[in-house]
Amino acid sequence: MSDIDATHPVDLESKRFSIRKPEVRYDKQGERPDSDRLAAAMQAFVQDMGRAAATYLESCIHCGNCAEACHFYVQTGDPKYTPIWKLEPFKQAYKRTVGPFAWLYRALNLKHAVTVEQLQEWQHLLYDSCTVCGRCSMICPMGIDIASLVSQARHGMFAAGLVPHELWAVAERAEREGSPLGATPKVFADRVEWLADDFEVELPLDRPEAEVLVTFSSIEIMKYPASLVATARILQHAGYSWTLSTKGYEATNFGLLSGNAAWQRDMTMKLVDAAIACGAKVLVLPECGHAYTALRWMGANAYGKPLPFRVLHISEFLAENVQNGRLRLQKVPKSLAFHDPCQVSRRGGAVAAPRVVLAALGVELRETRDHGSLGWCCGGGGGVVTIHRADPLRYKAFEIKMSQLDATGAELTVTSCGNCRQTFDDGQAHFGWARTMGSLLELVAANLRD
Amino acid sequence: MDLLDFARGPALWTSIAVCILGLAWRLSAILRRPARPDWSEPRSTATSAGALRMIVRRTWHHETFRERTFLSSLNAYAYHVGLALVFFGFLPHIEFVRRLTGLAWPAVPGWLFVLAVAATFVGLGWALIARLTNPVLKLLSGFDDYFSWGVTILPLITGMAVISLALDQPYPARPLAPVPVAIHLLSLELLLVWLPFGKLSHAFLVFLSRGYTGAAFARKGAEP
Repeated sequence: MSDIDATHPVDLESKRFSIRKPEVRYDKQGERPDSDRLAAAMQAFVQDMGRAAATYLESCIHCGNCAEACHFYVQTGDPKYTPIWKLEPFKQAYKRTVGPFAWLYRALNLKHAVTVEQLQEWQHLLYDSCTVCGRCSMICPMGIDIASLVSQARHGMFAAGLVPHELWAVAERAEREGSPLGATPKVFADRVEWLADDFEVELPLDRPEAEVLVTFSSIEIMKYPASLVATARILQHAGYSWTLSTKGYEATNFGLLSGNAAWQRDMTMKLVDAAIACGAKVLVLPECGHAYTALRWMGANAYGKPLPFRVLHISEFLAENVQNGRLRLQKVPKSLAFHDPCQVSRRGGAVAAPRVVLAALGVELRETRDHGSLGWCCGGGGGVVTIHRADPLRYKAFEIKMSQLDATGAELTVTSCGNCRQTFDDGQAHFGWARTMGSLLELVAANLRD
Repeated sequence: MDLLDFARGPALWTSIAVCILGLAWRLSAILRRPARPDWSEPRSTATSAGALRMIVRRTWHHETFRERTFLSSLNAYAYHVGLALVFFGFLPHIEFVRRLTGLAWPAVPGWLFVLAVAATFVGLGWALIARLTNPVLKLLSGFDDYFSWGVTILPLITGMAVISLALDQPYPARPLAPVPVAIHLLSLELLLVWLPFGKLSHAFLVFLSRGYTGAAFARKGAEP
């Protein structure tokens, strides 16, 4: 072929495009026809499209502001990480099935029907690249709670068997064994016995009656057992009648994170039944963000009526006992930066509690530029930390957190979520970061004053 | 019946009826969706106050977001405020409403009207350029976004055409030519007919959407 322009020759040999579209990566659970998967997803989608979801799905003005609040978009600049775009199949399903003009959309095919291929592609957006942190919900000029819609859309993905496999596997294990990390009732009882012996603390197990039922996350049980010891010392110091229960000790809820509402309910009811069985007035949740959402804000709905006991995150429990004088703390003459777990602070409304505790410890609190309700997520929430293929993206999100914490120049960094802590530990190892994320609970336990 | 009679008569009343009935249908369809009771122990029961707080609070972005959204927010304010001033503040528009309903209010001064028209044109132009060039907006945008933009700017264009034709007339001015006025009115009627079906409904949905989240956040004690 001859070139007609010798001055500006056309290069016909090189590849036309330097950027190739990456292959879509997704996992599938089970073997079944695509039509079945699609039908299951659509059924679950429609079940979730209640009044609030309908309001939100009708209200989006496509302003794109939500992208500016999302760590995955801010760090990559890739428009597909725009939070509301992650809901496109959910929105599409709504418009065609239950929206006010659904008949028109269907008749004129104004919104295409959702396909299995689309759901497969969206798996990355609904799971790998969304920590359900809800920061996007804080910027939306229409006030759309995008994070709540993502959780609902995950129900359809789970029903279709289209969940990232690692997240699915830990959820399935949690449902089957009672813990996502192998902390079965027997393992839990053994570890409690071991910790009680080694650290000489009382860790009462399965008391028939107690004022307070204490729960843990499997991350604490298996990875941060010092948290169990710290909790025991604090409850002993405050003089409570308390217990642990082999019937209900695991506060993490991978049913919620993976999108299986039935498993979420099962996991919730174990805690509810255990608290009722011992007549607890208070159930204390561990340093775990999503456990707070699952039980504090969704638990009663699984139970079908108000819970007959109070549910407190450990940071709220500590704050209450600092304020009522049952916890007496010695001063910690250091500067400290606090990482707000999204589900406890922004989504849970408990921003003040850890700050009450930190004030009682006398630390010099150095807030990150964005903190409290507007703080950045660590990048590992919503089950993202379990999905290994999401690691590179998660590390990008983590960079924001590192730089904001570094900018404080604080001597200590603490949080009140084991999942965040795990994400920080992983990020620390990956980046060779100088800081180690500590636990608010452990800091309090180490500074109890007689 | 000439074109102006049609625009002032059947077309006007039909478009108003479609707008009201369409909006009523859309809002009632949303409110007819099931709502599950929330049994969780509320941190606050002042949910109505929370809804109102959110409606007001989201009128501007939290400080931390302003750096990244300042220009787009400023632009949105420019054409929203501009449109409101042009629509409700221009004397012939007020006269038009007075003839229909008997209601009237003071008009904005001429200089403010001209400023509002300019701000609206620039703002809407900028909004379209952003939608066509910003990768996020490009990805999110569909027919509704562009059509809604079109039916919003059309009454402005036809209105300016009416004014410019009047300016071209020798003094003392004669009554406005009926056909341009009819076209201007028909362009407004097109907006009214489209309003319930597309994103322009956000003028009403904004209260519902912010209100819902505001009430839910207040219940949890979360910041709006």
